[in-house]
Amino acid sequence: MELIKLTIDGELLEVEKDTSILKAAKTVGIEIPTLCFFELKDMGIENKPGGCRICVVEIKGRRNLAPACTTRVENGMIISTHSIRVLNARRTVLELILSDHPAECLTCAKSGSCELQSMAQQLGVREIPFQGEQSAYRKDTSPAIIRDIDKCIMCRRCELMCNEVQTVGALSAVNRGFMAVVAPAFEMNLEKSPCTYCGQCVSVCPTGALTEVDHSRNVINALADPAKTVVVQTAPAVRAALGEEFGLMPGTLVTGKMAAALRRLGFDYVFDTDFAADLTIMEEGSELLDRLTRYLKGDKNANLPILTSCCPGWVNFFEHNFPELRDIPSTAKSPQQMFGPIAKEYFGKKLGIDRKDLIVVSIMPCLAKKYECQREEFKVNGDPDVNFSLSTRELAQLIKQANIDFNSLPDEGFDNPLGESTGASVIFGTTGGVIEAACRTAYELFTGKKLEKVDFKELRGFENIRHATIDFDGLPINIGIAHGLGNARKLLEDIQAGRNQFHAIEIMACPGGCIGGGGQPFHHGNSEILKQRAAALYKEDDGKTIRKSHENPFIIELYKEFLGKPLGEKSHHLLHTKYFDRSSSVFVEE
Amino acid sequence: MSQKQLRIALRNCGVINPEKIEDYLARDGYQALGTVLTTLSPEAAIEIIKKSGLRGRGGGGFSTGLKWEITRKVKADQKYVVCNADEGDPGAFMDRSVLEGDPHSVIEAMAINAYCTGANKGLVYIRAEYPMAIDRLLTALKHAKEYGFLGENILGTDFDFDIEIRYGAGAFVCGEETALIHSMEGLRGEPTVKPPFPSESGYQGKPTNVNNVETYANIPVIINKGWEWFSRIGTEKSKGTKVFALAGKINNVGLIEVPMGTTLREVIYDIGGGMQDGAEFKAVQTGGPSGGCLTTKHLDTPIDYDNLLEAGSMMGSGGMIVMDSNNCMVSIAKFYLEFTVEESCGKCSPCRIGNKRLYELLEKITQGNGTMEDLDKLRNLSSVIKDTSLCGLGQTSPNPVLSTMENFYEEYLEHVTFKKCRSSICKSLMTYIVDEEKCIGCTLCARNCPVNAITGERKQAHYIDPEKCIKCGACMEKCKFSAIFTN
Repeated sequence: MELIKLTIDGELLEVEKDTSILKAAKTVGIEIPTLCFFELKDMGIENKPGGCRICVVEIKGRRNLAPACTTRVENGMIISTHSIRVLNARRTVLELILSDHPAECLTCAKSGSCELQSMAQQLGVREIPFQGEQSAYRKDTSPAIIRDIDKCIMCRRCELMCNEVQTVGALSAVNRGFMAVVAPAFEMNLEKSPCTYCGQCVSVCPTGALTEVDHSRNVINALADPAKTVVVQTAPAVRAALGEEFGLMPGTLVTGKMAAALRRLGFDYVFDTDFAADLTIMEEGSELLDRLTRYLKGDKNANLPILTSCCPGWVNFFEHNFPELRDIPSTAKSPQQMFGPIAKEYFGKKLGIDRKDLIVVSIMPCLAKKYECQREEFKVNGDPDVNFSLSTRELAQLIKQANIDFNSLPDEGFDNPLGESTGASVIFGTTGGVIEAACRTAYELFTGKKLEKVDFKELRGFENIRHATIDFDGLPINIGIAHGLGNARKLLEDIQAGRNQFHAIEIMACPGGCIGGGGQPFHHGNSEILKQRAAALYKEDDGKTIRKSHENPFIIELYKEFLGKPLGEKSHHLLHTKYFDRSSSVFVEE
Repeated sequence: MSQKQLRIALRNCGVINPEKIEDYLARDGYQALGTVLTTLSPEAAIEIIKKSGLRGRGGGGFSTGLKWEITRKVKADQKYVVCNADEGDPGAFMDRSVLEGDPHSVIEAMAINAYCTGANKGLVYIRAEYPMAIDRLLTALKHAKEYGFLGENILGTDFDFDIEIRYGAGAFVCGEETALIHSMEGLRGEPTVKPPFPSESGYQGKPTNVNNVETYANIPVIINKGWEWFSRIGTEKSKGTKVFALAGKINNVGLIEVPMGTTLREVIYDIGGGMQDGAEFKAVQTGGPSGGCLTTKHLDTPIDYDNLLEAGSMMGSGGMIVMDSNNCMVSIAKFYLEFTVEESCGKCSPCRIGNKRLYELLEKITQGNGTMEDLDKLRNLSSVIKDTSLCGLGQTSPNPVLSTMENFYEEYLEHVTFKKCRSSICKSLMTYIVDEEKCIGCTLCARNCPVNAITGERKQAHYIDPEKCIKCGACMEKCKFSAIFTN
């Protein structure tokens, strides 16, 4: 590799050719401030439109200042990152950005996590010398995401996530000059766009321009209503990230403290979505076996590969983009939506509670879950199976509001029967986890033999698209895994073109899986955080005595007492769903 | 008007029928292409263009030959040559005239360019607002194909080349080559940071040579008459001629083509026929929204790339607007800023927000609300926008402000401290007053005032309430006794 020699702030250094000034500076401990720049290193995601101009530096001999993020190093460059000229320019540019930004920090959902706010602090801006017109756009509220685009600073991170990473194409820059803004085509509402509510735009937005719809107020009201029994379910990825909101190291498991906090918030029953994940494996795994067996017998209608269906962002994606493939994904509902009817129709009935008086709240790392629980097919006479879905961030906020000192809480367990889970369900929260859990169960059901080695390490990792072949006692099962919808698109296009030899494919909409979901604490581009969250989930799995879904005693009891058998009539009614062609519903004004 | 002019780029405009290829052929058309394809290596042809000293006529002024050479040296399976016909400066129509009057000269030059750089596809990016230019270009392309100047095995050689047209939707920023390329790719017309330059990675990620219409129009002549001939025209560092769109307060307006090194005085007084109504020359704006204002002290400066830059303006694509004492220089700066605010793509913050704030500061000053502090802000903000913007648009957009502040600072001061506009352009700074000596109290003004701002008894001097007055000027116009004046 060719090395380039240059000087930054008087420091002589050597870096590889094609390195940016920004990264070169980092190697000698110089942190040039950035605003639009964003990267998730291990996922190959990098946003550097060179638009904000905060990272400008002075290069000796050049007429203009240069953006450090997009300027490549050259031999003999002499760079100053904090000359008077640079400092004045950098501050003036920030003042300009602030002059077109509503000063609503006191009530902004992003306050405290806002990168623009921190930048104003870092550069010591105490007043904004420029007054003038401010952008005034219509606030756009969808079932999951709020666009408060007056706060958009045109960093284009959301555009990158939505187009390049997720290939959804709901958001892009429209208009020009001062009126330029990121919006759905024709500035229509997000709800009218092909948005999947994956929330990756929200997870990278540096300001409060994109935030989740906050349902915590509804939850507080339900908790305060003595006529209601309120149960809560928590998704696997939440326990690996919630601690970050309370200053704990990323990857700290807070399962016990979370259960304790939820109990103190006043939930009548603290349950676990992991239980429903075990149930999902029973149904989805059985479906895989059913299709596989039929396929091996020569049934041409046995649709293979089977695709997982537990990710609502992914479901939205294929309903919009690949409706013709909608008979391929498993018909099994997502764990959140399996939990709902089991809570209301089984647990509630058992206690004699009418479903209208039983409120089901879910805590999710996800924003698409907010939309999923509002789908018409998941309601009975208008009563949703899951009433409200809160993000990990909203839960943290709720805990703080209730004066709960999270870090000093004791570890507590979940309530039964819907709180017991296996190691298989815990790893649902990271890419590759669902299919690993499915393999653990499918292997034993298919071969009738005991699985000695529970860990399928070949299914783990962060590569965008992964392939693995699992030996089902002589029968090689080809597994595909994609996380991020852009990668999912590639796999689907392969299926369409007949290039695909997989038996089963796991797809998660968010890079990293649910641990990187749109409702998680902000990672600010630090991909190490995602890795640590994933490691935490594998650790929890490793520590469980029961690690296969079909061995969960309460799952066995549920089938015995209520459901009958997987794919049985009751399951079909309560735990399976169908998908719709939404390709034509995009950008049509009603 | 024709004295002192020299037509190279415009040589055929108005002389030939642009819809007849025979007319072009009769004036040595496609002879240069023949010479290049049959007698010259690409390197040798590039050498001729380099030695001629031709520099890009789109505004940048980069050596054309050098640009070709760089593109030639990049190895790739596919290369493109692009003609930038996205002319967008207010009042400029040089490229349009060439395309409407002599489209074959551009086609011929693009073919030469392609041969030299190793491309076999050409694209013309042209504004959809130029229907006649598009029509004539399409006709010319059809004829060129019929005659075998485009297509496969051109002139019996193994050189293949064809041209397609891409339409722009009227965005000024798409004249910037990276934005132009993105627009051609069907993406949002936004610039990206250079390097990589288009010659390295351009259209579809392939090496792409982008030249402007006028630049191309010079190429066949240079090949036919030789680089020695061409390089004898002009100044030391700026060779050949330049087409200007002459406009403003002079007697002869229109397109002119003069050798580099001609002075402003020659352009204005000899070619332009002097100032209208014998008014006094005040300034000339060159380089469009990216340029600046030059004053009487620059009248004898030879016009070339470097002199204009040094004088705080630029060549640009060739807009030239002449102003007299009735032009308020603060308003002129505001006019250009209004244009750049409208035309900024919005990608980078200094251009998107900074130009808007510059415009608002100018607006404040022309409305009589400016302060001395605002003048400092104008200056600092202008220099930061220049210093930090992503592309040429933002890097030059404050030039009209800076150059008017440099050359006409007293006018800014008058607006700010005395709330006075000496050219009576800034209406907010004007007060309509009745001359009591002259007013006979005929009431005509009061009856014509649309906001009832004028009061007074019949046969007595009237009074205009400055609070109510909207400065429409109706009273002054109607008064038969010249009894109303402004200060």
